[in-house]
Amino acid sequence: MSEYVLETKNLGIDFGGLTAVNNFNIRVEKGDIYGLIGPNGAGKTTVFNMLTKVYEPSRGTILVNGTDIGKMSTIEVNRIGIARTFQNIRLFSDLSVEDNVKIGLHNSGSYSLADSLFRTGKFHSEEKRLHERALELLGIFRLEGFAEHKAGSLPYGAQRRLEIARALATKPCLLLLDEPAAGMNPVETQELMDTIKQIRDRFDISILLIEHDMKLVMGVCEKITVLNFGQVLMNGTPEEVQNDPEVIKAYLGD
Amino acid sequence: MKKITEMLKKVFSKKYRQRTVSYLIVVLAYLIIETAIKTGSISNTIKSLLVPTCSYIVAALALNLLIGYLGDLCLGQAGFMAVGAFFGAVASVFFSRFISGDVPVLILAIIVGGIAAGLCGALIGIPVLKLQGDYLAIVTLAFCQIIKTLLLNLYVGIDSKGLHFSFITDNTNMDPDGILVIKGAIGANVTKKLSSFTAGILLILFALFIIHNLINSKHGRAIQACRDNKIAASSVGISVSRYKLLVFVISAVLTGMAGTLYGLGFSSFKASKFDFNLSILILVYVVLGGLGNMTGTIISTTLLLVIPEALRAFNDYRMIIYSIVLIAVMLISNNAMIMYYLKQFKDHLKKMFPKRRTE
Ligand SMILES: Nc1ncnc2c1ncn2[C@@H]1O[C@H](COP(=O)(O)OP(=O)(O)OP(=O)(O)O)[C@@H](O)[C@H]1O
Ligand SMILES: [Mg+2]
Repeated sequence: MSEYVLETKNLGIDFGGLTAVNNFNIRVEKGDIYGLIGPNGAGKTTVFNMLTKVYEPSRGTILVNGTDIGKMSTIEVNRIGIARTFQNIRLFSDLSVEDNVKIGLHNSGSYSLADSLFRTGKFHSEEKRLHERALELLGIFRLEGFAEHKAGSLPYGAQRRLEIARALATKPCLLLLDEPAAGMNPVETQELMDTIKQIRDRFDISILLIEHDMKLVMGVCEKITVLNFGQVLMNGTPEEVQNDPEVIKAYLGD
Repeated sequence: MKKITEMLKKVFSKKYRQRTVSYLIVVLAYLIIETAIKTGSISNTIKSLLVPTCSYIVAALALNLLIGYLGDLCLGQAGFMAVGAFFGAVASVFFSRFISGDVPVLILAIIVGGIAAGLCGALIGIPVLKLQGDYLAIVTLAFCQIIKTLLLNLYVGIDSKGLHFSFITDNTNMDPDGILVIKGAIGANVTKKLSSFTAGILLILFALFIIHNLINSKHGRAIQACRDNKIAASSVGISVSRYKLLVFVISAVLTGMAGTLYGLGFSSFKASKFDFNLSILILVYVVLGGLGNMTGTIISTTLLLVIPEALRAFNDYRMIIYSIVLIAVMLISNNAMIMYYLKQFKDHLKKMFPKRRTE
């Protein structure tokens, strides 16, 4: 097995004539909380979309625990262990909070179509297990009190947390978070930082996150990659990134 | 005693209420109508409507599963019904050569009709459901037309040697003891009307059973996930195209069964009966009853079939009144202000009769 949970080699994508991302190399090790930052339009979300095969990369390779995912679909990528959240929240907003997490648990529920049509003992025992597991996950994100509410009726911050819970339900080894703190107030952001560390330890996973909130990035990430105009500007620790003149220039302009 | 109240509490809990109410309504309607038939207080016109109504209800339930839970539009319900009706007719004549009882023959015919329609569903679903957009509506519409045309030109006969098929002209060349079941444009001729009101009610209950048990399971949640957000569904490892196909085929099977029930409710029927208008009619039942609302579908289908009959007294004006009722219901149920007042009224009622808190 490879030492990297995620490794990309010269990953790139073009949209028509526009090269959105080029020569993107990243190495995420087991247990890392890794930050991907950069100005608006740098290509961060596009990287996530390539990693999860929402977009098909034009060039380069993606290795997950050493396995090339080049030919895999979004579904297979999830089954091999990558789960994600979305910058523009994509919950199943008409369904209940609990059902959203249970949909994340879909592949761990092991009863068949016939079991559900004929309501076998297996159906009932598995549904009970899924229910308990869903509440447990909701508990981590302090959402258990909202289990019966419609997902779409939750406040913004709670929706972001629910999306993380749903992603975590698929038992990933790598969690991709796209601006998890967007729209949260400072108190919520602080809580989120604690939760992110907590889930990394509890579930023994690696986390790659995109974030504009520098306090969060510098507070939780151990390594950072800075992206600018689709190119990697630098890799380094939070200290190195904060003091790098190129990065400061990219963010503040000349 | 305690166990019974506990069970009642469970079946009427928020989670199961829709399901319980839908079963109850069907059973109640059955009991009332059966009593009315026994006491002879039901006209013959209404009596002749019972089997078709049951069959339309099943087709509408199947369509509501597709539209309400999968979010895909199908304009070919009539086509699947036609497949069910014609395959069911042939099967019923075929099986009645070996089996004497009406009930087993009807059951076998319904199964054959359902499987045949399900296969057609798979055949068009596999290529089409991979595409994004409203292709399904267009393709199913075309399917309906093609099936109708094919059936209008089909000849099927049964004799002691087995089944004989021919196309466009009758070249079945059967033994003298043979029966020509399908006669092209003249339609299908079954020797015996096998469908009964009881069979219709049982088929409705069967459809409700399948739909509710499917929806309230991990598969049902996955189906709704595909409807609400395809990208999110695949990001958690749910195969959207597989679930789409599954629901489409289940819906086609149920519709085919409805078609068999319909066909075997007459001694003869024509392919031209299963035209585009029928598909639209079933779509109207579903939309009026509410997407995803099975009880609503049952009620709207029944009302929309009974109203035109009840309006026969107004003869010339009846279709006009019917259309006005349709438009009025659509406007009312889509008008935010009217719905708001209705809700206020409901809340007011709730305040007047406060429910004791469960738990
Ligand atoms: N489907 C697409 N078609 C064409 N261009 C696209 C597409 N998706 C992204 N892009 C372009 O790729 C570039 C990078 O976009 P991306 O959303 O990845 O930026 P980002 O770093 O996530 O920015 P933000 O911080 O605003 O979220 C942008 O110029 C964008 O217009
Ligand atoms: Mg982005």
